[in-house]
Amino acid sequence: METTFAAKLIMIQTDILIIGAGPCGLFTVFEAGLLKLKCHLIDALPQAGGQCAEIYPKKPIFDIPAYPEILAGDLVDQLMAQAAPFKPGFTLGERAETIIKDEEGQFVVTTNRGTVHRAPIIAIAGGLGCFEPRKPPVERLEDYEDHGVEYIIKDPEFYRGKKVVISGGGDSALDWTNFLADGVASEVTLVHRREGFRGHPDSVQKVLDLAAEGKIRLLTNGEVVGVAGEEHLQAITVKHKTEGEITVETDHWVPLFGLSPKLGPIADWNLNISKNAIEVDTFDYSTSVDGIYAIGDINTYPGKLKLILCGFHEATLMVQSAFKRIYPDKNLVLKYTTVNGVNGF
Amino acid sequence: MSIIRVTVIDREGNPHELEAPTDMNMNVMELCKSAELPVEGTCGGMAMCASCHCYVESTHADSLPEKSDNEEDMLDEAFHVKDESRLGCQIQLADSLEGMVIRLAPVG
Repeated sequence: METTFAAKLIMIQTDILIIGAGPCGLFTVFEAGLLKLKCHLIDALPQAGGQCAEIYPKKPIFDIPAYPEILAGDLVDQLMAQAAPFKPGFTLGERAETIIKDEEGQFVVTTNRGTVHRAPIIAIAGGLGCFEPRKPPVERLEDYEDHGVEYIIKDPEFYRGKKVVISGGGDSALDWTNFLADGVASEVTLVHRREGFRGHPDSVQKVLDLAAEGKIRLLTNGEVVGVAGEEHLQAITVKHKTEGEITVETDHWVPLFGLSPKLGPIADWNLNISKNAIEVDTFDYSTSVDGIYAIGDINTYPGKLKLILCGFHEATLMVQSAFKRIYPDKNLVLKYTTVNGVNGF
Repeated sequence: MSIIRVTVIDREGNPHELEAPTDMNMNVMELCKSAELPVEGTCGGMAMCASCHCYVESTHADSLPEKSDNEEDMLDEAFHVKDESRLGCQIQLADSLEGMVIRLAPVG
């Protein structure tokens, strides 16, 4: 909490504020650095790397020039190393929420946790958007959000002495079931669509043991289809494959179905948007708002290909345009790194 | 044969008869996208987003290759999952799928 409070007191100033710390955002730091422009990145995920780090770090990528094969996670590490000389700043685990233009024509971007950033140039490299918890399609679910329905377990103490139902078959569902059943919650029920679990074998075995000992209630072949209660959640309904509908009294329901990307608050930034992507001019990847650029998977233009290597190209052209916008009177000469090396900050 | 016919029923219940090449290394998700049907294919075909979740309604369901662990895991995170659920990106178009009927699963 202290960091949040401290963040509120500080305004982070930079040259290019990059929304999204995926491959494209990270490479922007390097290209901007060559032009002596400083960058700061905001990302809703707790680590840099975007999809490559969050969804498929162990998957090989085969279409990065000069790498016949590279793991997505390794690509992120290499991009971080390449950006390091230019000392990028990071605001991670926070979502860029609002944007305003101040009296000096600079953009002020505030995150959902109140961190304030200021820059003359914004580069949106938001990929697919922000990763948000997948919400099950259950009627009136939103009525109980923060009144018994939570999609993330922030503090397990919150559940002390309470009845809790967890849904899902992955590691987080298994781990939290095991943790809460160990003297924290008064009752734990785990609901999963099928018999098998895809989590770590140790966690799976522990859950099965707890169920056999009667310490948790395990409802496989079922899914939660209904929520009920006055203001606060009081019960959920499970539709079981063979046994029909089962009502479980509970204080909390925590559906853990992973994350899926949503365009998020950027959709309200008054940019021209078509089919969930930001329209740009391919001359410099500028959007319909002066000073805001969009690069990588989040933009669209005739012939657009959602490839990392195209994002790198877009980032490179974009920073040239950003430089001219920040320093309209300075001449910009393309310098080759083979001639000058990389001179960090 | 290098062209098969596949019927895709969209989320409004409208059938679309598509001609699908079997020699282009394409899957059902890509076929839907190329026909501009509302399939996102967010993860690009890695069985990691379930945006191409569909139901195989014809008897082809029985002859498709078994679901991989990845596909089964991803379906765990999807909603409206039924016995005939598959991820379109994991169904490679092949001559044996002539006449297949699939229905797009609801989003969300």
